[in-house]
Amino acid sequence: MSVTTTPPRRQVDQLPDLSPAALSWRRRLANRGMMVLITACLLLAILPLGLVVFEVISRGGGVMSWEFLTADIPRNYRRVGPGMGAAVVGTLMITGMAALLAIPLGVLGAIYLNEYGKNSALARFIRTMADVMTGVPSIVMGLFIYVTWVLTVGEKNGFGGALALACLMLPIVIRSSEEMLRLVPDELRQASAALGARKWRTIVTVVLPSAISGITSGSLLAIARAAGETAPIIVTVGIIFSANVDLFSGGNTTLAAQIYRNASLTFEGAQERAWGAALTLIVIVLLFTIIARVIAARFALKER
Amino acid sequence: MTELDSPDVTTPGKGRRFDRGFSAVVLGAGLLVLAVLALILISTGIEALPAFQHSGLDFILGQRWAPNNPDSPLFGTLTFLYGTVVSSLVGLLIAVPISIGIALFLTELAPRWLRAPAVTIIDLLAAVPSVVFGLVGVLVIGPALVPIYQWIHSLVADVPILGSIFGPAVNGNTFATAGLILAVMVIPIITSISREVFDTVPVADKQAAYALGATRWEMIKGAVFPHSFAGLVGGAMLGLGRAMGETIAVTLVIGGSTQIVANLFASGNSMAAVIAQQWGEASGLHTNALVGIGVVLFAMTVLINYSARVIVRRAEIRMKGATA
Repeated sequence: MSVTTTPPRRQVDQLPDLSPAALSWRRRLANRGMMVLITACLLLAILPLGLVVFEVISRGGGVMSWEFLTADIPRNYRRVGPGMGAAVVGTLMITGMAALLAIPLGVLGAIYLNEYGKNSALARFIRTMADVMTGVPSIVMGLFIYVTWVLTVGEKNGFGGALALACLMLPIVIRSSEEMLRLVPDELRQASAALGARKWRTIVTVVLPSAISGITSGSLLAIARAAGETAPIIVTVGIIFSANVDLFSGGNTTLAAQIYRNASLTFEGAQERAWGAALTLIVIVLLFTIIARVIAARFALKER
Repeated sequence: MTELDSPDVTTPGKGRRFDRGFSAVVLGAGLLVLAVLALILISTGIEALPAFQHSGLDFILGQRWAPNNPDSPLFGTLTFLYGTVVSSLVGLLIAVPISIGIALFLTELAPRWLRAPAVTIIDLLAAVPSVVFGLVGVLVIGPALVPIYQWIHSLVADVPILGSIFGPAVNGNTFATAGLILAVMVIPIITSISREVFDTVPVADKQAAYALGATRWEMIKGAVFPHSFAGLVGGAMLGLGRAMGETIAVTLVIGGSTQIVANLFASGNSMAAVIAQQWGEASGLHTNALVGIGVVLFAMTVLINYSARVIVRRAEIRMKGATA
């Protein structure tokens, strides 16, 4: 920018000087200044991410061990020492059950939107409402499941948490799967129909397999988000200290709920366990996110 | 059947019935979204009814929250509404300019090789669970901010209005800290909407601006912003909806005191946070009242989200019309 070459002047002396050097200092300064500010914005976003990752690894790394991941949670918050086993088991089981509920239903809903409803008024309405549903606060979803499930069965249990997480995942799965189904070329559907396949057969054997990588990656992202949800868990799931593999009876707990419980306590042991649980949770969440991105990048249908 | 017979593709039979069944199943799955939304409103509304009846209009306008009052419990939630609005607005004030900056960087400024990694970083920011932000907020960021809050207060202590907005800070659990954490959490949402909106600005407009001799910033000011204003408003509103509903991170860093004060460096409470804090020890009418707060929160966020979606969609349609 600073090296200025004067353009070769011809006899015509009205030819304007178009080099950056010819700009008034005010315009040049405004341009430079804004470009620096815009770039700084990205750095401002990297800063908190870096801080969180650094703090979680440096403080959680110290307590991480096999024993930490498997031992029972100490009943006394003051006790120093490991134990998040119940939360690890609870996180995997509750999130897994939520995925089993939400992903098939979500994919079926997406099939309706893209293959049957298309641009009908009902489909458009469902699409908008699915978008609105992604914005429902997670604590409200927890209250909803508390009222409809916990009050009905009479106790807080793991399945209630799974239901709440499933409700949170459903709209995400629907919208991301629909995007993926839309990328499947129409020629494939027409070719299948020309071979005499019925619509359901076309969808199950032709459309879904072509979109499966995208649907998988969208679903994994939804799982990653659900695994970190806290508010619905503390409302619906209760609390336990040793692992409970029965989702339908007795309370349960997750890593996120344990982080919340321990974070606001001033006891050293509790805080250490909170950091350890945070590290475990972040590793689980990032693992799902990265697998999702790899699948999306490797096997994606290219947008045409 | 002779060899020349063509297969009969029109026969009604098992396949066709299965086809009908399949379309009914997928329709049912689609309708599930509507059913869940309706059920949320109805079931939580019914559960909250006793609290609404008990408090009447005071439920929204009252400032006194005393669930264990021996004579008659008081459920005034205005302070929580105030906390929700203030912390969300602080979050938006920080997040919107930064998000627009990032989106501009990604769409107009960044070299091609930098785009993918930068987008990944924003996605990772969105992937961090909110409780982890809360943990870092309450144990690391909050305490670290106290001297900064005190320094800001000492700068403006004698200025009439600023002095009370940036009042004295006792500890790190404040409206301001909650807003800061919320900002980090809504940046990914606002950034992704802003990027979508900036991407729809017609290339011809940008090139026209350059051809008139505009610098890059003048091009952004003259060609990109006027086109995308409505979309940016929608994106900011989506961020607002998310910020208002955010529970756990706010619960951990907002301090949990029931008061309406102008001081951003004082502690307060938000609607979502009070539900999470008091859920464990609540019973009877207190539980109904907490569910009631949830109903109000649900109505507010759905309203904001719905209007935001409408604004974004309209802006995008208008833009696509312009390019065609």
